[in-house]
Amino acid sequence: MEFFFQILINGLSLGFLYALAALGFVMIFKSSSVLNFAHGELMAIGAFLFLVLSTWANLPIWLAFLITLAGSFSLGFIIERFFLRPLIGEALIEVIMLTVGLAIMFKGLMLFVFGGDIHSYPEFLPQALTLHWGAVEVPGVNVATFIVGLIFLGLFGFFFKYSSQGIYMRSVADNQPAAMALGVHVRRVFAISWAIAALVCAMSGIVIGIINGINVHEVSAIGLKVFPVVILGGLDSIGGAIIGGLIIGLLETFTGGYISTGLREVVPYIVLIMILMVKPYGLFGLVEIERV
Amino acid sequence: MRKLQFHPCGNFNETYERELTIFETDFGRLSMLIGLFLLFAVIPFITNEYILYIINIIGIYAIAAIGLNLLIGYTGQISLGHGAFFGVGAYAAAILATKASCPFLIAVPAAGLITALVGMIFGLPSARLKHLYLCIATLAGQFIIEYVLVQWESLTEGAEGISIPTATIFGIDLGNDRVFFYVIFICFAVMTWMAVNLIRTRYGRAFIAIRDNDQAAEGMGIPIFPYKLLSFAISSFYAGFAGALFAYYMISITPEPFNLWLSIEYIAMIIIGGLGSIPGSVFGTIFIVTLSEILSHITEYLMNISPSMSGAITIAPLREFVFGLAIILFIIFEPKGLAEVWRIVRSSFRLWPFSY
Repeated sequence: MEFFFQILINGLSLGFLYALAALGFVMIFKSSSVLNFAHGELMAIGAFLFLVLSTWANLPIWLAFLITLAGSFSLGFIIERFFLRPLIGEALIEVIMLTVGLAIMFKGLMLFVFGGDIHSYPEFLPQALTLHWGAVEVPGVNVATFIVGLIFLGLFGFFFKYSSQGIYMRSVADNQPAAMALGVHVRRVFAISWAIAALVCAMSGIVIGIINGINVHEVSAIGLKVFPVVILGGLDSIGGAIIGGLIIGLLETFTGGYISTGLREVVPYIVLIMILMVKPYGLFGLVEIERV
Repeated sequence: MRKLQFHPCGNFNETYERELTIFETDFGRLSMLIGLFLLFAVIPFITNEYILYIINIIGIYAIAAIGLNLLIGYTGQISLGHGAFFGVGAYAAAILATKASCPFLIAVPAAGLITALVGMIFGLPSARLKHLYLCIATLAGQFIIEYVLVQWESLTEGAEGISIPTATIFGIDLGNDRVFFYVIFICFAVMTWMAVNLIRTRYGRAFIAIRDNDQAAEGMGIPIFPYKLLSFAISSFYAGFAGALFAYYMISITPEPFNLWLSIEYIAMIIIGGLGSIPGSVFGTIFIVTLSEILSHITEYLMNISPSMSGAITIAPLREFVFGLAIILFIIFEPKGLAEVWRIVRSSFRLWPFSY
């Protein structure tokens, strides 16, 4: 039973990690319908930026954190301006390949600068965050992740529901020409959503870095795991991303714990295929109906 | 004797057949013959072993790239699993050759057919999905196939891989690069010829109709799903065929090379070459294979001049960086690919001195 609970806790924390990673992905998809294959690399960039600022430059943690957020915000802006804007209106495959190209480029650059080793942050979380519950122990990082995740979830909920910028984003996602006709600055919406998404990526990258250490290959593999998560939850649903992340995380750890560790890496994709066959738009995704 | 045909100064096709012709002028036919002559009678004798190896690899990859272009460029179904299908073909050929001791002439087409079947299974989601969702489904297919290749040890020998005995056709030993060159490029010529002609048939036109607007195509009476499946099957057949050639050429195979990176390379080939263009797929293959060879030479060179090993390790990833950059630059500045560049160059020669 203890084993079961430990796996449960591990699964939930892994799931929360996926959910956090999926948030940024959903942000981009929701406003500009771009499938971002460079997601894992964006997370890694954020994590490395934080690493450089906090350990190499020896800035205080909060300052390093803020500068990282600002840096990735502008990185998202730059990516949108220079790479994706020329492609507005082009075929889907070209946009996808562009993000793949970005992913390869960023990965090469990061391997060049930081190498393929695992880097880790200094300990900075307070010990008090660690929870004990009988024999089961929840590490402080996971608690911190959970809290940060909840805060962000709340913030995004409010942002999309009540702020004017969030409403613009939803309108662009819903119907681009109509939004344009009503005076929404579509290009600015794209730019801002990429910037915010990069910011969220950096956040989740930092969290992953705290839990597992940062390794370029591992973080970009997590970027690919985002796909089953968002498909399960629905590509354009933030709540779906959270629930999808939790389900996939639990599924992975339980398969790893009870069936075989080799199967663990593939299970999300098998589930993905099954979901796509049965419920193509995911649990909470917007169903597009087309009829001839 | 029939009259020589020249390019008209406009589009004056009067019949449907005229529009579907492959060679607009007799010069096209002539240049193809010259090209075939150069390919088969000159190239194998003027190149050294290394260049010949590169050319052989280009030939194998080009067959698979043409298959992928039929799927993505002509039918509009994005597949991120082409590298895995290539691997399925390679493994099918290797298993047929070692476990069932099939001769080369049967093993290669059979590997193609097996891969076509696997491709159809992974094309099934296209019944309900399109665009992004299909793309993700094929991504999942890639991972599942990779997993099966590694884990199904009784059949695939796992990560250790399979060694294949050298093949013979009609008593000729295929262990030599120069002999294998002919095998690859005869297959290449036949497969290209099939692909070019496929586009002109009822099936090819249906594929293009589905790509351009699937709802309109269905409205006009094209059963979309069977055609999509057919397209998946044909494209995987090409991949499997090329994979089988690859397995025989490489002699021993492991699951390692058939990963997501290979699928991405294939898509990069047809995007850089030009979507919806058969010559484009060949140009793209030449570009990508040459680029990655040149890049690995440069990294090797830099490794040799840098004094310490640590310097060498850090230089290697720059190869990936340049590769990604090349993809991005092509997509932004020449989205129609090398085929379009080639067309522009040709027409500016043809229209000289009045080119615009």
